[in-house]
Amino acid sequence: MTYAVGQRVLIADRRHDGHHRTPGYVKGRSGTVERLHASFPNPESRAYGGDGLPKRQLYMVALDYEGERVLLDVFEHWLEAAP
Amino acid sequence: MHDRGGWPTDEPIDRSEHQLADWEVLMDSIVGTLGANGVMNTDELRRGIESMDPDAYENTSYYERWLYSVETVLTEKGVLAPDELDARVSQ
Amino acid sequence: MSHDHPHDRDHEPIGTSRDRPAAARIRALADLLVEKGIVTREELRARMDWLVSRDPADGARLVARAWTDLAFKERLLADARAAALELDLDPGPSPVVVALENTDRVHHMVVCTLCSCYPKALLGPPPDWYKSLPYRSRAVSDPRGVLREFGLELGDDVELRVVDSTADIRYLVVPRRPEGTEGLTEADLAALVTRDSMIGVAQALEPVAS
Repeated sequence: MTYAVGQRVLIADRRHDGHHRTPGYVKGRSGTVERLHASFPNPESRAYGGDGLPKRQLYMVALDYEGERVLLDVFEHWLEAAP
Repeated sequence: MHDRGGWPTDEPIDRSEHQLADWEVLMDSIVGTLGANGVMNTDELRRGIESMDPDAYENTSYYERWLYSVETVLTEKGVLAPDELDARVSQ
Repeated sequence: MSHDHPHDRDHEPIGTSRDRPAAARIRALADLLVEKGIVTREELRARMDWLVSRDPADGARLVARAWTDLAFKERLLADARAAALELDLDPGPSPVVVALENTDRVHHMVVCTLCSCYPKALLGPPPDWYKSLPYRSRAVSDPRGVLREFGLELGDDVELRVVDSTADIRYLVVPRRPEGTEGLTEADLAALVTRDSMIGVAQALEPVAS
Protein backbone atom coordinates (compact mmCIF):
# COMPACT_ATOMS: atom_id res chain seq x y z
CA MET A 1 0.00 0.00 0.00
CA THR A 2 1.37 3.44 -0.80
CA TYR A 3 0.48 6.72 0.85
CA ALA A 4 0.27 10.25 -0.48
CA VAL A 5 1.65 13.45 0.98
CA GLY A 6 -0.98 14.87 3.30
CA GLN A 7 -2.60 11.51 3.96
CA ARG A 8 -3.40 10.54 7.56
CA VAL A 9 -1.55 7.42 8.65
CA LEU A 10 -1.37 5.32 11.80
CA ILE A 11 1.97 3.95 13.00
CA ALA A 12 1.48 0.34 13.99
CA ASP A 13 1.59 -0.43 17.68
CA ARG A 14 3.31 -3.69 17.06
CA ARG A 15 5.75 -5.60 19.18
CA HIS A 16 8.85 -6.48 17.19
CA ASP A 17 11.54 -8.48 18.93
CA GLY A 18 14.70 -7.71 17.12
CA HIS A 19 16.14 -4.74 15.31
CA HIS A 20 13.71 -2.25 13.86
CA ARG A 21 13.73 1.49 13.33
CA THR A 22 10.27 2.53 14.51
CA PRO A 23 10.76 4.12 17.93
CA GLY A 24 8.48 3.17 20.79
CA TYR A 25 7.36 6.72 21.44
CA VAL A 26 5.48 6.89 18.11
CA LYS A 27 3.93 3.45 17.98
CA GLY A 28 0.15 3.63 17.93
CA ARG A 29 0.16 7.33 17.05
CA SER A 30 -1.40 8.93 14.01
CA GLY A 31 0.23 11.49 11.83
CA THR A 32 0.36 12.89 8.34
CA VAL A 33 2.63 11.93 5.48
CA GLU A 34 5.04 14.82 5.03
CA ARG A 35 7.30 13.43 2.29
CA LEU A 36 7.79 10.39 0.13
CA HIS A 37 11.38 9.29 0.37
CA ALA A 38 12.98 6.65 -1.85
CA SER A 39 12.85 2.94 -1.09
CA PHE A 40 15.58 1.31 0.94
CA PRO A 41 16.59 -2.22 1.92
CA ASN A 42 14.79 -3.36 5.04
CA PRO A 43 17.08 -2.88 8.05
CA GLU A 44 15.14 -5.52 9.98
CA SER A 45 16.65 -8.24 7.84
CA ARG A 46 19.94 -6.51 7.07
CA ALA A 47 20.65 -6.46 10.76
CA TYR A 48 20.86 -10.25 10.74
CA GLY A 49 22.85 -10.68 7.55
CA GLY A 50 19.96 -10.60 5.11
CA ASP A 51 20.02 -8.47 1.98
CA GLY A 52 16.94 -6.49 3.02
CA LEU A 53 15.28 -7.00 -0.35
CA PRO A 54 12.82 -6.17 -1.69
CA LYS A 55 13.35 -2.52 -0.77
CA ARG A 56 10.64 -0.83 1.27
CA GLN A 57 9.18 2.59 0.70
CA LEU A 58 10.22 5.12 3.34
CA TYR A 59 7.95 7.98 4.40
CA MET A 60 8.54 11.09 6.46
CA VAL A 61 5.61 11.28 8.87
CA ALA A 62 4.67 14.34 10.93
CA LEU A 63 2.83 13.87 14.19
CA ASP A 64 2.04 15.68 17.40
CA TYR A 65 3.98 14.39 20.38
CA GLU A 66 3.25 15.97 23.76
CA GLY A 67 2.47 19.35 22.28
CA GLU A 68 5.35 19.43 19.81
CA ARG A 69 5.60 18.53 16.18
CA VAL A 70 7.89 15.56 15.53
CA LEU A 71 8.87 14.35 12.08
CA LEU A 72 10.44 10.95 11.56
CA ASP A 73 11.07 8.42 8.81
CA VAL A 74 8.89 5.32 8.88
CA PHE A 75 8.90 2.32 6.56
CA GLU A 76 5.71 1.42 4.69
CA HIS A 77 5.21 -1.83 6.57
CA TRP A 78 4.81 0.10 9.82
CA LEU A 79 2.01 2.29 8.44
CA GLU A 80 -1.71 1.90 7.91
CA ALA A 81 -4.22 4.36 6.50
CA ALA A 82 -5.87 6.27 9.35
CA PRO A 83 -9.31 7.83 9.33
CA MET B 1 17.42 0.55 26.08
CA HIS B 2 18.67 2.13 22.86
CA ASP B 3 15.18 3.48 22.07
CA ARG B 4 15.48 6.76 23.99
CA GLY B 5 12.91 9.07 22.49
CA GLY B 6 10.80 10.52 25.29
CA TRP B 7 12.61 8.45 27.96
CA PRO B 8 11.84 10.30 31.17
CA THR B 9 14.77 12.38 32.31
CA ASP B 10 15.41 15.89 33.58
CA GLU B 11 19.11 15.44 33.10
CA PRO B 12 20.70 18.55 31.64
CA ILE B 13 22.74 18.16 28.52
CA ASP B 14 26.47 18.19 29.04
CA ARG B 15 27.66 20.36 26.19
CA SER B 16 31.39 19.80 26.68
CA GLU B 17 33.04 18.20 23.71
CA HIS B 18 36.17 16.17 23.23
CA GLN B 19 38.32 15.67 20.21
CA LEU B 20 38.20 12.05 19.09
CA ALA B 21 41.11 9.98 20.35
CA ASP B 22 43.15 7.97 17.85
CA TRP B 23 41.53 4.74 19.02
CA GLU B 24 38.05 6.17 18.48
CA VAL B 25 38.88 7.27 14.95
CA LEU B 26 40.36 3.82 14.37
CA MET B 27 37.17 2.14 15.61
CA ASP B 28 35.05 4.31 13.33
CA SER B 29 37.32 3.44 10.44
CA ILE B 30 37.22 -0.30 11.18
CA VAL B 31 33.43 -0.23 10.99
CA GLY B 32 33.40 1.85 7.81
CA THR B 33 35.90 -0.47 6.13
CA LEU B 34 34.06 -3.60 7.21
CA GLY B 35 30.94 -2.04 5.69
CA ALA B 36 32.63 -1.08 2.44
CA ASN B 37 34.12 -4.57 2.17
CA GLY B 38 30.75 -6.26 2.67
CA VAL B 39 31.75 -7.96 5.92
CA MET B 40 29.42 -6.21 8.38
CA ASN B 41 26.81 -3.54 7.68
CA THR B 42 25.44 -0.58 9.64
CA ASP B 43 22.25 -2.39 10.61
CA GLU B 44 24.31 -5.22 12.08
CA LEU B 45 26.37 -2.65 13.99
CA ARG B 46 23.20 -1.15 15.46
CA ARG B 47 21.73 -4.56 16.23
CA GLY B 48 24.90 -5.56 18.02
CA ILE B 49 24.84 -2.40 20.14
CA GLU B 50 21.15 -2.98 20.92
CA SER B 51 21.97 -6.45 22.20
CA MET B 52 24.11 -5.04 25.00
CA ASP B 53 23.10 -5.55 28.56
CA PRO B 54 21.22 -2.37 29.64
CA ASP B 55 23.73 -1.50 32.38
CA ALA B 56 26.59 -1.93 29.96
CA TYR B 57 24.80 0.18 27.36
CA GLU B 58 24.43 3.10 29.74
CA ASN B 59 27.91 2.84 31.18
CA THR B 60 30.20 2.40 28.23
CA SER B 61 31.39 5.14 25.94
CA TYR B 62 30.16 5.52 22.40
CA TYR B 63 33.00 3.77 20.54
CA GLU B 64 33.28 1.08 23.18
CA ARG B 65 29.75 0.15 22.21
CA TRP B 66 30.91 -0.11 18.61
CA LEU B 67 33.73 -2.40 19.73
CA TYR B 68 31.29 -4.64 21.57
CA SER B 69 29.05 -4.85 18.54
CA VAL B 70 31.84 -5.62 16.08
CA GLU B 71 33.25 -8.33 18.33
CA THR B 72 29.81 -9.85 18.77
CA VAL B 73 28.87 -9.84 15.11
CA LEU B 74 32.24 -10.92 13.75
CA THR B 75 32.38 -13.79 16.23
CA GLU B 76 28.88 -14.80 15.19
CA LYS B 77 30.02 -14.83 11.58
CA GLY B 78 33.12 -16.85 12.36
CA VAL B 79 35.44 -14.05 11.25
CA LEU B 80 36.80 -13.97 14.78
CA ALA B 81 37.18 -17.11 16.81
CA PRO B 82 35.75 -16.91 20.33
CA ASP B 83 38.42 -15.52 22.67
CA GLU B 84 40.75 -14.81 19.73
CA LEU B 85 40.80 -11.11 20.52
CA ASP B 86 41.24 -11.78 24.25
CA ALA B 87 44.23 -13.92 23.43
CA ARG B 88 45.75 -11.28 21.20
CA VAL B 89 45.28 -8.51 23.76
CA SER B 90 46.95 -10.54 26.49
CA GLN B 91 50.03 -11.32 24.39
CA MET C 1 47.63 13.03 14.48
CA SER C 2 48.81 13.87 17.97
CA HIS C 3 46.93 14.22 21.22
CA ASP C 4 49.47 15.84 23.44
CA HIS C 5 46.97 18.00 25.27
CA PRO C 6 44.81 16.64 28.05
CA HIS C 7 41.10 16.49 27.37
CA ASP C 8 37.95 14.71 28.39
CA ARG C 9 37.35 11.12 27.39
CA ASP C 10 33.68 11.04 26.60
CA HIS C 11 33.01 12.31 30.16
CA GLU C 12 33.65 8.86 31.63
CA PRO C 13 35.83 8.17 34.68
CA ILE C 14 39.34 7.42 33.50
CA GLY C 15 42.22 5.44 34.91
CA THR C 16 45.79 6.59 35.23
CA SER C 17 46.76 5.63 31.69
CA ARG C 18 45.94 8.06 28.93
CA ASP C 19 44.09 5.46 26.89
CA ARG C 20 41.22 3.32 28.03
CA PRO C 21 41.56 -0.48 27.92
CA ALA C 22 39.35 -0.40 24.86
CA ALA C 23 42.14 1.36 22.97
CA ALA C 24 44.44 -1.66 23.12
CA ARG C 25 41.58 -3.95 22.23
CA ILE C 26 40.64 -1.89 19.20
CA ARG C 27 44.25 -1.82 17.98
CA ALA C 28 44.45 -5.58 18.43
CA LEU C 29 41.21 -5.96 16.52
CA ALA C 30 42.62 -3.88 13.66
CA ASP C 31 45.80 -6.02 13.66
CA LEU C 32 43.80 -9.23 13.50
CA LEU C 33 41.56 -7.99 10.72
CA VAL C 34 44.56 -6.89 8.67
CA GLU C 35 46.33 -10.22 9.24
CA LYS C 36 43.25 -12.08 8.15
CA GLY C 37 43.03 -10.00 4.98
CA ILE C 38 39.59 -8.68 5.88
CA VAL C 39 40.81 -5.08 5.70
CA THR C 40 44.10 -3.45 4.75
CA ARG C 41 46.11 -0.86 6.68
CA GLU C 42 45.70 1.49 3.75
CA GLU C 43 41.93 1.20 3.85
CA LEU C 44 41.87 1.94 7.58
CA ARG C 45 44.25 4.86 7.20
CA ALA C 46 42.26 6.34 4.33
CA ARG C 47 39.08 6.19 6.35
CA MET C 48 40.71 7.70 9.41
CA ASP C 49 42.10 10.54 7.31
CA TRP C 50 38.68 11.10 5.80
CA LEU C 51 36.90 11.26 9.13
CA VAL C 52 39.30 13.70 10.78
CA SER C 53 39.26 15.97 7.74
CA ARG C 54 35.46 16.35 7.74
CA ASP C 55 34.51 19.89 8.74
CA PRO C 56 31.30 21.87 9.25
CA ALA C 57 32.77 24.49 6.93
CA ASP C 58 31.52 22.23 4.12
CA GLY C 59 27.93 22.42 5.33
CA ALA C 60 28.37 26.16 5.88
CA ARG C 61 29.33 26.61 2.22
CA LEU C 62 26.09 24.98 1.16
CA VAL C 63 24.11 27.30 3.40
CA ALA C 64 25.96 30.46 2.33
CA ARG C 65 25.39 29.62 -1.33
CA ALA C 66 21.72 28.95 -0.66
CA TRP C 67 21.38 32.30 1.07
CA THR C 68 22.75 34.16 -1.94
CA ASP C 69 21.46 32.10 -4.86
CA LEU C 70 17.75 31.30 -4.82
CA ALA C 71 17.96 28.76 -7.63
CA PHE C 72 20.73 26.92 -5.78
CA LYS C 73 18.65 26.97 -2.64
CA GLU C 74 15.78 25.26 -4.48
CA ARG C 75 18.21 22.61 -5.75
CA LEU C 76 19.62 22.18 -2.24
CA LEU C 77 16.16 21.66 -0.78
CA ALA C 78 15.29 19.20 -3.53
CA ASP C 79 18.47 17.13 -3.27
CA ALA C 80 21.19 18.17 -0.85
CA ARG C 81 23.49 15.39 -1.95
CA ALA C 82 23.51 16.63 -5.55
CA ALA C 83 23.88 20.25 -4.41
CA ALA C 84 26.96 19.29 -2.37
CA LEU C 85 28.50 17.61 -5.40
CA GLU C 86 27.83 20.79 -7.41
CA LEU C 87 30.15 22.65 -5.01
CA ASP C 88 32.73 19.83 -5.14
CA LEU C 89 31.90 18.84 -1.59
CA ASP C 90 31.84 15.24 -0.41
CA PRO C 91 28.28 14.42 0.73
CA GLY C 92 29.45 11.12 2.17
CA PRO C 93 28.23 7.56 1.82
CA SER C 94 24.62 8.18 2.82
CA PRO C 95 22.43 7.70 -0.24
CA VAL C 96 20.18 10.62 0.62
CA VAL C 97 20.85 13.92 2.41
CA VAL C 98 17.89 16.27 2.94
CA ALA C 99 18.27 19.96 3.75
CA LEU C 100 15.51 21.49 5.90
CA GLU C 101 14.98 25.23 5.72
CA ASN C 102 14.35 27.31 8.81
CA THR C 103 12.19 30.39 8.27
CA ASP C 104 10.69 33.05 10.50
CA ARG C 105 7.74 30.67 11.00
CA VAL C 106 9.40 27.23 11.18
CA HIS C 107 12.44 26.00 13.06
CA HIS C 108 13.86 22.51 12.58
CA MET C 109 15.98 20.63 15.10
CA VAL C 110 17.55 17.24 14.33
CA VAL C 111 18.10 14.24 16.61
CA CYS C 112 18.61 10.51 16.28
CA THR C 113 16.73 9.05 19.24
CA LEU C 114 17.71 5.47 18.36
CA CYS C 115 21.45 5.95 17.96
CA SER C 116 23.47 8.85 16.49
CA CYS C 117 22.72 9.26 12.79
CA TYR C 118 24.31 12.50 11.64
CA PRO C 119 25.54 14.05 8.35
CA LYS C 120 29.19 13.75 9.34
CA ALA C 121 30.52 14.14 5.82
CA LEU C 122 29.24 17.72 5.80
CA LEU C 123 29.45 18.60 9.48
CA GLY C 124 32.36 16.55 10.81
CA PRO C 125 31.99 13.97 13.59
CA PRO C 126 28.96 14.65 15.82
CA PRO C 127 29.53 16.33 19.19
CA ASP C 128 29.25 14.14 22.28
CA TRP C 129 26.05 15.81 23.39
CA TYR C 130 24.28 14.88 20.15
CA LYS C 131 25.02 11.20 20.90
CA SER C 132 24.14 11.54 24.58
CA LEU C 133 21.22 9.82 26.25
CA PRO C 134 19.68 13.07 27.59
CA TYR C 135 19.69 14.75 24.19
CA ARG C 136 18.23 11.71 22.50
CA SER C 137 15.36 11.53 24.97
CA ARG C 138 14.68 15.21 25.65
CA ALA C 139 14.90 16.39 22.03
CA VAL C 140 11.45 14.88 21.52
CA SER C 141 9.95 15.22 25.00
CA ASP C 142 11.22 18.72 25.84
CA PRO C 143 12.72 20.30 22.72
CA ARG C 144 12.10 23.90 23.79
CA GLY C 145 13.80 23.13 27.11
CA VAL C 146 16.76 21.71 25.22
CA LEU C 147 16.94 24.79 23.01
CA ARG C 148 16.80 27.00 26.11
CA GLU C 149 19.85 25.13 27.45
CA PHE C 150 21.59 26.00 24.22
CA GLY C 151 20.61 29.62 24.69
CA LEU C 152 17.89 29.67 22.06
CA GLU C 153 14.41 30.86 22.89
CA LEU C 154 11.92 30.49 20.07
CA GLY C 155 8.84 32.72 19.88
CA ASP C 156 5.48 31.07 20.52
CA ASP C 157 4.53 31.90 16.95
CA VAL C 158 7.41 29.78 15.58
CA GLU C 159 6.53 26.18 14.79
CA LEU C 160 9.25 23.89 16.12
CA ARG C 161 9.74 20.69 14.15
CA VAL C 162 11.88 18.03 15.76
CA VAL C 163 13.25 15.72 13.10
CA ASP C 164 14.18 12.22 14.27
CA SER C 165 16.58 10.56 11.79
CA THR C 166 15.32 7.04 12.14
CA ALA C 167 16.36 5.58 8.80
CA ASP C 168 18.68 6.10 5.83
CA ILE C 169 18.10 9.84 5.36
CA ARG C 170 20.60 12.29 6.85
CA TYR C 171 19.28 15.75 7.69
CA LEU C 172 21.00 19.13 7.56
CA VAL C 173 19.31 22.32 8.74
CA VAL C 174 19.60 25.51 6.69
CA PRO C 175 19.47 28.22 9.36
CA ARG C 176 17.89 31.60 8.72
CA ARG C 177 20.07 34.25 7.20
CA PRO C 178 20.74 36.85 9.91
CA GLU C 179 19.61 40.47 9.50
CA GLY C 180 22.17 43.03 8.40
CA THR C 181 24.16 40.67 6.18
CA GLU C 182 23.36 42.23 2.81
CA GLY C 183 26.57 42.87 0.92
CA LEU C 184 28.60 40.26 2.80
CA THR C 185 30.61 37.93 0.61
CA GLU C 186 29.69 34.27 0.47
CA ALA C 187 32.81 33.46 2.49
CA ASP C 188 31.82 35.98 5.17
CA LEU C 189 28.34 34.50 5.25
CA ALA C 190 29.69 30.98 5.59
CA ALA C 191 31.69 32.09 8.63
CA LEU C 192 28.38 32.90 10.38
CA VAL C 193 27.01 29.39 9.85
CA THR C 194 27.92 27.28 12.88
CA ARG C 195 27.71 23.52 13.18
CA ASP C 196 25.07 23.91 15.88
CA SER C 197 22.92 26.05 13.57
CA MET C 198 22.98 23.22 11.02
CA ILE C 199 21.79 20.75 13.66
CA GLY C 200 19.12 23.23 14.69
CA VAL C 201 20.03 23.93 18.30
CA ALA C 202 21.25 27.43 17.47
CA GLN C 203 20.73 30.24 14.99
CA ALA C 204 23.51 31.38 12.70
CA LEU C 205 25.79 34.04 14.18
CA GLU C 206 24.95 37.71 13.90
CA PRO C 207 27.37 39.74 11.79
CA VAL C 208 29.94 41.74 13.73
CA ALA C 209 28.93 45.39 13.79
CA SER C 210 31.40 47.43 11.77
